[in-house]
Amino acid sequence: MSSRDEILSMIRENRPAFSPLPEIPVFIHEKPLAEWFTETLTGIGGKVVHLKDTGEVETRIQQQHGGVINTTDLSAAAKYRHATAQELEAVDTVIVPGIIAVAENAAVWVNEKDMINRLLPFICRQLIIIVQLTDLVPDMHSAYKKIRIDEAGFGVFIAGPSKTADIEQSLVIGAHGPLAMEVWFVGE
Amino acid sequence: MSTLPVSHSKAAEAFLADKPYVSWHDETLWFVRSKRDKAARSVPEWETLRELASAVKAHTLSRLDEYLVQFESNAKKNGIHVHWANDAAEHNSIITEILRSHNVQKVVKSKSMLTEECGLNPYLAERGISVIDTDLGEYIVQLRNEHPSHIVLPAIHLKKEAVSDTFHEHLHTEKNNNDPVYLTRSARTVLRNHFITADAAITGVNFAVAETGGFVICTNEGNADMGAHASKLHIACMGFEKIIPRAEDLGIFLRLLARSATGQPVTTYSSHFHRPAPGQELHLVLVNNGRARQLGRPEFRNSLKCIRCAACFNTCPVYRRSGGHSYHNAVAGPIGAILAPNLDMKNNADLPFASTLCGSCTNVCPVKINIHEQLWSWRQVLMKEGYGGKAKEAAMKTMAAVLSKPGLFVRTANTARKLMRAVPWLFNNKLNPWYRQREMPSAPAQSFKTWYKKNRNEQQG
Amino acid sequence: MRVGLFIPCYVDQFYPQVAIATMELLEKLGCEVVYPAAQTCCGQPMANSGFESYAAGCNANFIKQFRGFDYVVCPSGSCVLHVKEHLHDADESTASVIRNTVYELTEFLTDILKVEQLNASFPFKVGLHVSCHGQRMLHLASMSERMLPPFSKALSLLHKVAGIELIDPVRADECCGFGGTFCVTEEAVSVAMGQSRVEEHAANDVEYITGGDMSCLMHLEGILKRQRSNIKVIHLAQILNAQ
Ligand code: SF4
Repeated sequence: MSSRDEILSMIRENRPAFSPLPEIPVFIHEKPLAEWFTETLTGIGGKVVHLKDTGEVETRIQQQHGGVINTTDLSAAAKYRHATAQELEAVDTVIVPGIIAVAENAAVWVNEKDMINRLLPFICRQLIIIVQLTDLVPDMHSAYKKIRIDEAGFGVFIAGPSKTADIEQSLVIGAHGPLAMEVWFVGE
Repeated sequence: MSTLPVSHSKAAEAFLADKPYVSWHDETLWFVRSKRDKAARSVPEWETLRELASAVKAHTLSRLDEYLVQFESNAKKNGIHVHWANDAAEHNSIITEILRSHNVQKVVKSKSMLTEECGLNPYLAERGISVIDTDLGEYIVQLRNEHPSHIVLPAIHLKKEAVSDTFHEHLHTEKNNNDPVYLTRSARTVLRNHFITADAAITGVNFAVAETGGFVICTNEGNADMGAHASKLHIACMGFEKIIPRAEDLGIFLRLLARSATGQPVTTYSSHFHRPAPGQELHLVLVNNGRARQLGRPEFRNSLKCIRCAACFNTCPVYRRSGGHSYHNAVAGPIGAILAPNLDMKNNADLPFASTLCGSCTNVCPVKINIHEQLWSWRQVLMKEGYGGKAKEAAMKTMAAVLSKPGLFVRTANTARKLMRAVPWLFNNKLNPWYRQREMPSAPAQSFKTWYKKNRNEQQG
Repeated sequence: MRVGLFIPCYVDQFYPQVAIATMELLEKLGCEVVYPAAQTCCGQPMANSGFESYAAGCNANFIKQFRGFDYVVCPSGSCVLHVKEHLHDADESTASVIRNTVYELTEFLTDILKVEQLNASFPFKVGLHVSCHGQRMLHLASMSERMLPPFSKALSLLHKVAGIELIDPVRADECCGFGGTFCVTEEAVSVAMGQSRVEEHAANDVEYITGGDMSCLMHLEGILKRQRSNIKVIHLAQILNAQ
């Protein structure tokens, strides 16, 4: 018998009696979402910027220093699709669009289609995610209702800059991924 | 004959020799527990989420074979190569084979307690493949040739001075520069180079979703993503109990995991892998290694609900004062103490006794595993199987005899108490472990029984 | 009501004053209290060592002693818990009656006697040591790990005592490390845990450490005495019965 079949047959023999799969209820939250998100992201070392419209976004992008890869401009960013880690290592800032932002934990869902290259949101020094204010939801349950996790080959919830507390529990912002992270909300 | 590992109590005694160090260890982990409390309190539906998480896992275990088959078929459709390993040896050889067929010399690995459980690192090293652990804490212990002492905070047993010395020796950082930011940045530079030059990445898995055939990895440092996205070959390893039925179930678990582990609202990255990147190969190894056996033990099967948050470690007053290495098992702490006897009863018979059964672990557990009850049940199983030794059995038999015969009990107890009054040195000596650091209770002239006879005589029937 | 007084074996031998206080307190509150003199022990030391299978004789004696009472009351959460969870016998009907009518003292005072007032006075600074078995398994108090409304049967009774000044330790419900045979098999950890508890109470400058389980207090007392501390331990029953 293959290991697969052996494992499955042992499990079949040993599994407990049926226990039902629960429905996940809707939880009601009272906090205003934008403030909640800001409070959370600030608490984990990120920064929130509010911008009125695409015009303001454009201006703000122009103000970024150093090398910027902006995947909201697909045609300009397309050339990085097959770039290797070696080639991307020196990138300062990466700007990607986010699909859903979650107030309770400041996580933003980004999927592969929008990031052009899976490495980009991780290898840069600074990550900026642009989200429509209308795409802000209270909790993870509402987020999972709005996304399809297998829509692209890869998708990720990102909450703040990379960090570690592995040395004596002292929080250090900036581990292997970005050292800084901003979420730009667009809309009023 | 193999020798038994140093028992938990002996290792703990050695650990406790340095009092200021132990207070620091205790306080550091208590700090993590306090952050967990704060995070949990901020979620009004916390207890409901725990109920849900536990119920989803209970359901999954009751249909585990079906979900694994469903997962496998969806994962294959997604272009993931799925492998099954019945034990640690098979897990290691599958991985070696994949690596060899790609001529891999160097692998970057992110945190996977499963690969620790299976002893993958030394196995690959013996075969000439170098493995770099990239989680900062794991990297530190790897440089020191140690094992992680905690499943979430692998280097929590080390003070920053020790880390600084290790980095100075291996990475040539400044001597005595103990600044955590400096040390972290130094490791970042070295590890970046490894990410860029590695031939393959090995990662663990936090959750695998049956309905979509993908898996989720949670990290703060971004090391799993750096490794997996930078190389052409990604191998993910998971114990088969990591499976959950639906994408929406992730909402429950991701809300609980990081809050329970470190008090963060969520880990920085919750990465969902479904298909390999263009030009990349993606493998997944599903591992049994005793889990199916544990599933067949009704009183212990709930241990398979564990999501490895380590909240039970941080809250455990014994763990905080004995350190992870005293558990001589890849997974330490209360959950380790109920998983280890399943892997090897003889070597791990001491672990279920490394607890006061205070129950704090059960209370913090986000998936509501009845950890302290399982510790108690393991004690019964281990003694029945004869792992207590003849002396202990004999002592317990004597105790049972005395306690079942009231007359004998009174005589024995009174004699003991009177002896304590008359010849205190018989009790107050080094052979009595109670007396080593504690005084014996003072023995009163009369027991309550005697008092009662004298003072409430009229009520004696 | 007829109450069977269940006194843990080590309390009988080493802390008769705790048993006397429990008895007097219950009598003051109008109970008819009987102490079945041939009781020995609940069997917990064996069971927690992994030898529950040896407890049959012990259980049989327990049932013989405690059958026929309206309630069985005991000044120890740990022993009560053991009886509630593990008292079995060939005669299951009596065993189950006892399992369901056995009460820890503060639980009995709060839930059955519904004590509103206590004629007690204890003008000292006191720190409460919460015992794990009573709290986490008998639910005599809310738990710091659970996100549920706070309450404490022991504290609400202590608040009825005149003159008492209660000071809570920060780690309000951390285990003291007694743990039955754990206190000798894991002596080093056990003592370290006890020392931490004592340290916190000492920092609060209390005169007494109280609690519902004499076993925890015996362990803490052993440490306090070795340190030549002025802090004394006292069982809750003694404070609630103090005039
Ligand atoms: S047993 Fe529970 S608390 Fe412990 S690591 Fe597993 S999930 Fe976390």
